[in-house]
Amino acid sequence: MSGALLEVKDVKKHFPIKRGLMSKNAGCIKAVDGVSFSVHKGETLGLVGESGCGKSTTGRLVLRLLEPTSGEVLFEDKNIYRLSFNQMRQLRRDMQIIFQDPYASLNPRLTVEDIIIEPLVIHGIGDSHSRRQRVKEMLDLVGLSSYHGSRYPHEFSGGQRQRIGIARALALNPKLIVCDEPVSALDVSIQSQVLNLLMQLQDMLKLTYIFIAHGLNVVKHVSDRVGVMYLGKIVEIADSEELYRNAMHPYSQALLSAVPVPDPEIKRERIILTGDVPSPANPPTGCRFHTRCPQCMDICRLEEPALRPVSDKYMVACHKYQ
Amino acid sequence: MEQQPLLKVTNLKTHFFTDDGVVPAVDGVSFTVNVGETLAIVGESGSGKSVTSTSILRLVPSPPGRIIDGSIIFEDTDLLGKTEDEMQRIRGDRISMIFQEPMTSLNPVHRVGEQIAEAYRLHRGMDKHEAMQRAVRMLERVGIPSPEKRAGDFPHQLSGGMRQRVMIAIALSCRPALLIADEPTTALDVTIQAQILDLMRKLQEESRTSILLITHDLGVVAEMADRVIVMYAGKVVEEGDVAAIFKNPLHPYTRGLLGSIPRLDWRRRTILPSIEGVVPNPLEFPTGCRFNPRCPDAGAKCRESEPALKEMTGSQKVACWLMERGC
Ligand SMILES: Nc1ncnc2c1ncn2[C@@H]1O[C@H](COP(=O)(O)OP(=O)(O)OP(=O)(O)O)[C@@H](O)[C@H]1O
Ligand SMILES: Nc1ncnc2c1ncn2[C@@H]1O[C@H](COP(=O)(O)OP(=O)(O)OP(=O)(O)O)[C@@H](O)[C@H]1O
Ligand SMILES: [Mg+2]
Ligand SMILES: [Mg+2]
Repeated sequence: MSGALLEVKDVKKHFPIKRGLMSKNAGCIKAVDGVSFSVHKGETLGLVGESGCGKSTTGRLVLRLLEPTSGEVLFEDKNIYRLSFNQMRQLRRDMQIIFQDPYASLNPRLTVEDIIIEPLVIHGIGDSHSRRQRVKEMLDLVGLSSYHGSRYPHEFSGGQRQRIGIARALALNPKLIVCDEPVSALDVSIQSQVLNLLMQLQDMLKLTYIFIAHGLNVVKHVSDRVGVMYLGKIVEIADSEELYRNAMHPYSQALLSAVPVPDPEIKRERIILTGDVPSPANPPTGCRFHTRCPQCMDICRLEEPALRPVSDKYMVACHKYQ
Repeated sequence: MEQQPLLKVTNLKTHFFTDDGVVPAVDGVSFTVNVGETLAIVGESGSGKSVTSTSILRLVPSPPGRIIDGSIIFEDTDLLGKTEDEMQRIRGDRISMIFQEPMTSLNPVHRVGEQIAEAYRLHRGMDKHEAMQRAVRMLERVGIPSPEKRAGDFPHQLSGGMRQRVMIAIALSCRPALLIADEPTTALDVTIQAQILDLMRKLQEESRTSILLITHDLGVVAEMADRVIVMYAGKVVEEGDVAAIFKNPLHPYTRGLLGSIPRLDWRRRTILPSIEGVVPNPLEFPTGCRFNPRCPDAGAKCRESEPALKEMTGSQKVACWLMERGC
């Protein structure tokens, strides 16, 4: 027993590149390329990093919405990739996902009530009376009224739709929720409503979150620990306040320094990276960040640094510290 | 510093006449952009920021949209009195624009070099060869590596950051007096955003171009803008110098907006201040102040009549009855 609710061990997902019907061996996109971390019960692990670095793919692998190329995911000490179809179905009740786009992720032809009931029906939980009761509870929990139950998604604002998505995810009383960009599509003034709701529900229901987002401020605010990803790898993972105060990996440093500060009186020294993120189909040798790293050394071009602890709860993958 | 107005928008009203009713998307908006300055427009989704900018360029889709009132004085003449031919000569020359998603505004079937050269041929009457040389130089100026080679690429061969650089190259090719940038970095990652903002600032210093910057990111505003206008439901609710707006926001909406961004120095997991309620439906804006249903301090007067934008301290203006009483 490790005490962790979730343990991810060296998980990889390589997508084959398809070029025409006949051609084989066109290579592959190493979307997630050896990621390990654990998440404790009741905690929030944030995942940050630039577009395409593999955050969503990681989230999907954790829930086995995607089959991995290799690696293990232990949920309550069981390797979920070894479970049969039926066992996995059982387990899905404990693991849910909330998506970025509240517009696309709700079936437009179902009423809100049917959207929230659907997972209960799929899992054969309760009878129609108790299901209806559950819908009322869920709507109440996310700050909507039962009057909203008979309406359709298009009749709601973005923030309200995200609440519906949350209500649906909570209906089965899950233990783990992957929140994949849950507020990115919302206005600033609505974002904080939804973030507050997610934090309150977590305390109330003892939920465990993996929280994926672009907004570094948002991730820091809700997370206990944060992992920084670059090209399919975690380059640094640590307590969120410590990481934001004192990032060690040159990529994390650049990423954090690039966030515009909403205060015109603060003029910050900024690390501006040159060049673009390399393709995950053909990542650089050695440390994947070496092509853009302002502190690159000879060894960085040759050898890939492992993610190693530098102190109690702080892990970083950089030759500077090894 | 002496301020010389370049663009003066007065009482602009752009409405959409849809099957469901009239959407007063921009409803009596006034502001000025001075030579060499950056004016930021911030506000909720649907508040009329983009329609304000397409109105200036006279690119409002019609029907259903129509500019029904106001004036847009640019370099001493009213753009609303210009013919479409005259507007075409102004767009991409004296006023140019960059959008959020460069993929939709770049032509997918033309090489990027040709697309920049097009501006020189159209507005400067250069021949093909000369225009292409200038295009390559422009690509170099916006920091694209091996510009000769890249000029031959199609848009889909470039990364998001490079496409946005190409957009900037096209927009700045004829040294416009005014650059309208509508969410220019919203689709980009923060490290790429930092590159692009840095580039925009550098080019602005070189050419004294005025920028009308539309963004929902208050961090970007704080870094780029000299002055700010805040829009809510088709109206300007507050205007002022960037330092004043951030330090001393007067309108309850501005206060709520600034309060609800998580700051890096806040203790984690504390409840965030937020503006309650939802964005109003544009087909039935509330009477009185349009923010009143969400305003924590609204009184009877706020529900009855609409406050006008009035000057407060220094350069700051606000449209709020609560402020008037206080003064
Ligand atoms: N089904 C798929 N087939 C092929 N490639 C894929 C697939 N899903 C993702 N990828 C690729 O894998 C890489 C990682 O994608 P992923 O969606 O995990 O990134 P992300 O970090 O979530 O990015 P974003 O911030 O843009 O959401 C990208 O290069 C992406 O193009
Ligand atoms: N072609 C159109 N037909 C009908 N209504 C329109 C049209 N274009 C815009 N509108 C409406 O005008 C209002 C203002 O839209 P606008 O695009 O200016 O918002 P915005 O402030 O730019 O928002 P965002 O931050 O989401 O870009 C909205 O209510 C929108 O629905
Ligand atoms: Mg993603
Ligand atoms: Mg817009």
